[in-house]
Amino acid sequence: MLAATAGAALLAITPVLAADQADQIIRGQYQAVLGDCAGCHTRPGGKPLAGGLPLETPFGALVPPNITPDHETGIGNWSETDFRNMMKSGVGHNGVRLYPAMPYPAYTRMTEQDISNLWAYMTTVEPVSNKVEANQLPFPLNIRLAMWGWNLLNFSEASFQADPSKSAEWNRGAYIVQGAGHCGTCHTPKSFLGADQDSSFLQGASLQGWFAPDITNNAQSGLGKWSEEDVVTYLKTGVNAHSIASGPMAEAVENSTSKMTDPDLKAVAVYLKSLGSDTGNAQAPKPDEARMAAGEAIYHDNCSACHGGDGAGAGALFPTLVGNSIVAQGNPETLARVVLAGSQAVHTTGAPTTPSMPSLAWRLKDQEVADVLTYVRGSWGNSAPAVSSDDIAAVRKELAP
Amino acid sequence: MAREKELTMTTILPRKDVVIVGLGWTGSILAHELTDQGLDVLAIERGPWRDTATDFNIGYAQDELRYSVRRDLFLQPAVETMTMRNDPSQTALPMRDFGSFLPGNGVGGAGVHWNGHTWRFWDSDFQIKTNLTKRYGAARIADLQVEDWGVTGAEMEPYYDQFEYLAGISGKAGNIKGKLQEGGNPFEDPRSRDYPNPPMEMTYAPTLFADVGRSIGLHPFPTPSANMSRTYVNPLGITMGQCTYCGFCERFGCANYSKSSAQTTILPVLMKKANFEVRTDSEVLHVDLAPGGKSARGVTYVDTSGQEFFQPTDLVLLCAYGLHNARLMMLSGIGKIYDPATGEGTVGRNYCYQTNAGVQVFFDDKNFNPFIAAGALGQTIDDYNGDAFDHGGLDFVGGAGINCIPTNGRPIGTRPTLPGTPKWGSAWKKATVAGYKSTLGYSSQGSSYATRTNYLDLDPTYKDRFGRPLMRMTFDFPDNDIRMSNYLCDRMEDIAKAFGGKQYSVGRRKKGWDSVPYQSTHNTGGVIMGTDPKKSAVNSFLQSWDVPNVFVIGASAFPQNAGKNPTGTVGALAYRAADGIRNHYLRNPGAPLVQA
Repeated sequence: MLAATAGAALLAITPVLAADQADQIIRGQYQAVLGDCAGCHTRPGGKPLAGGLPLETPFGALVPPNITPDHETGIGNWSETDFRNMMKSGVGHNGVRLYPAMPYPAYTRMTEQDISNLWAYMTTVEPVSNKVEANQLPFPLNIRLAMWGWNLLNFSEASFQADPSKSAEWNRGAYIVQGAGHCGTCHTPKSFLGADQDSSFLQGASLQGWFAPDITNNAQSGLGKWSEEDVVTYLKTGVNAHSIASGPMAEAVENSTSKMTDPDLKAVAVYLKSLGSDTGNAQAPKPDEARMAAGEAIYHDNCSACHGGDGAGAGALFPTLVGNSIVAQGNPETLARVVLAGSQAVHTTGAPTTPSMPSLAWRLKDQEVADVLTYVRGSWGNSAPAVSSDDIAAVRKELAP
Repeated sequence: MAREKELTMTTILPRKDVVIVGLGWTGSILAHELTDQGLDVLAIERGPWRDTATDFNIGYAQDELRYSVRRDLFLQPAVETMTMRNDPSQTALPMRDFGSFLPGNGVGGAGVHWNGHTWRFWDSDFQIKTNLTKRYGAARIADLQVEDWGVTGAEMEPYYDQFEYLAGISGKAGNIKGKLQEGGNPFEDPRSRDYPNPPMEMTYAPTLFADVGRSIGLHPFPTPSANMSRTYVNPLGITMGQCTYCGFCERFGCANYSKSSAQTTILPVLMKKANFEVRTDSEVLHVDLAPGGKSARGVTYVDTSGQEFFQPTDLVLLCAYGLHNARLMMLSGIGKIYDPATGEGTVGRNYCYQTNAGVQVFFDDKNFNPFIAAGALGQTIDDYNGDAFDHGGLDFVGGAGINCIPTNGRPIGTRPTLPGTPKWGSAWKKATVAGYKSTLGYSSQGSSYATRTNYLDLDPTYKDRFGRPLMRMTFDFPDNDIRMSNYLCDRMEDIAKAFGGKQYSVGRRKKGWDSVPYQSTHNTGGVIMGTDPKKSAVNSFLQSWDVPNVFVIGASAFPQNAGKNPTGTVGALAYRAADGIRNHYLRNPGAPLVQA
């Protein structure tokens, strides 16, 4: 629908455009949805793709540049070959080397055709004059040539390798997840150099103050208890019976996954559900009884009105805490963050309510948050490790202005 | 010179298809409907933006001192007040504080802090003059100025249904398509289907009240409630949560998404629409009319910095609180202000209220746990409401619902004591301890019928902060309504005796309306609907007879008030106005929908 509207508008202003060319642009726009270009390159409330908010990386700040076809401040001087090379190898116009905050290590798996279509779309975006100083890293990381060495160690241009033993649907899912969808950029743990640890593909990672959970089929920490339909519903609406998207995932749902086609979402679900194993699912040691009792009291005073005395929550409004994947992660960072800072569900057509979890930072001390989360993680069949007040203090410090 | 200065200081803004004044229940319903129609809609709201997580935060929403005693969410008299008197011979004085009624303020309006009683008026309420005249003769209502609404109960049914499903009302139908339903209200008009949610789970007090009522031949049923009895997804796809029975409804916003309001039923969808915009903290001063005064060309409003704006538009919808709708009509010169001496003029005519009385029954051996409560969790008896009973041998018309709805057990306000207890000191403290858990209350919510001398107009003396005249309210309880209320008190005494408690007390309604103690925020009329432009200000689609591109939506349209809370009917009228605009008015904009 969105694509059709944009296509129609485009045809209206350039009547000479051939039908197949319009078709290519519409396909390219869908690639921009799959790749969630807007997620980084559009500021909230800003002009599309005219530059985004700074990304805080472990190495310093990078600002997603203006990628509209503006000649002075955007990519108006780029050729299709420049664009193709950037997507495939992280080397852009005039040989400038990109930092892998731009997920070219994933985009490199996109097909030539999809990249070409995406380029066709990019040339039709409204040019916006907006100068962005992309590289705000400290010396010596701000020397882009350093990326030559990084690429040498960590990156090789690749194509997507289909697995002929799997279904076409599985392969489509794998192509989206590994390629344009760049799920691993957040969900795969990074090495000290910031490169994906392929052996832990999609098993959960910490970034920008959030823990992106395990999205393999692991029964305890991953999607093991989710049906394929649950995965599709979550990606389409931002909410399902197990969880409500928060933080960067809420943005990804809003800008990208909620706009994907149903067959593509199904393919992603089929692929993710085929990954990983249940190894490493040892039960966490039973938490200290005194802490459980303290946590239970705090829970009933502060949490149960919405999440229920039994943690069951209420539909699309208050997420269940029973088997909730955010609750179940070994790393409690997202959980602590949601309690301290609050969170609001994303607005999608399928789930328009946008309920909010209020911030509790002003009324619960670190030890109280730690106790209540320990209680939640050790109750109703949940068995994630206890949380320490130091864990909470670290998140609170990060949230301090 | 002054006029020139004023003109140069007013910023003229780009045109909008529709301007809505006030973003509460009616404004949100109309905005949703008309943006669905593809129109570019702007709402201008005097108060602040308010949403659940920020403003009704679970961590402090239940603060009785802040919200109930200090009335944090309400309109403050410094922003707008009005003058009051009991009859036209008196000189009205300004209310320095709101007391008897508490108008809302901000996004969501009074719909934020209501209790949630959601009634349908009956056909006998809508066609009241015709009905009463036929049944009892014209002489019976000669002292009253009751008027037909220009709609029938059957015509209103689909709009009630729309509002009840939007708001997720919890209740039990009494009459589906003419077939009586066990456990519902046998006196209600036929409805097309049951409520969207089952009744709330009853607490002890209303359960006992229903048992006692049935034992003396009355017909109790669960009060239709806008507090959710279960998780509910409304037709807009918005989810509401099950009520937690926290007992902080009236005067509070709901922290749990459990009480229907614009915030919990419409705004999450409305606010995302590209063709909708709201400007908060902006007060509309008046509607601007084109030369000749036959059509509106926009509104003038002022923001908190004092900057004045002219907002051009094709269609103005006054969706403020009913009293403020009436004043905006007067300040804008739309229609003629009512004069009780001549009976001429329509704006300000038929101001009505609510005629309430209450009973307390004291026990030694019962524990009602009053803190387990919700705003609309209770039982109602309608045997003596409206024209459900024969008034042939009586000396009044009208009636009341008898409601046992223990809305809360909040510690500052809930201090029931036996009659004769001192008002302070150790004896009082002791009595409140004894009375807190073991007292049961119920009340009659009585009809309020129009008279010639109960009306609204502009005060000749007192002005607001912008120099505009305050509205003047002239009101006392009509003799008819006092007789009605006394009769209802007698019937409530019948119930009190059947309870068999150790003692009961009855608070009867007396003449001499006092604006200080809280009574009810059910102010109705002033811009009433009807079929005769000489007696009504708007037609049956709530369109101004005088300026057809102005619609006035709210309880201001009630020709008189029934023995029921008004919000259900306000919501239904909003849907009726939306239907009129979408399906009729827009085909021929600017033309009257009804020929006078």
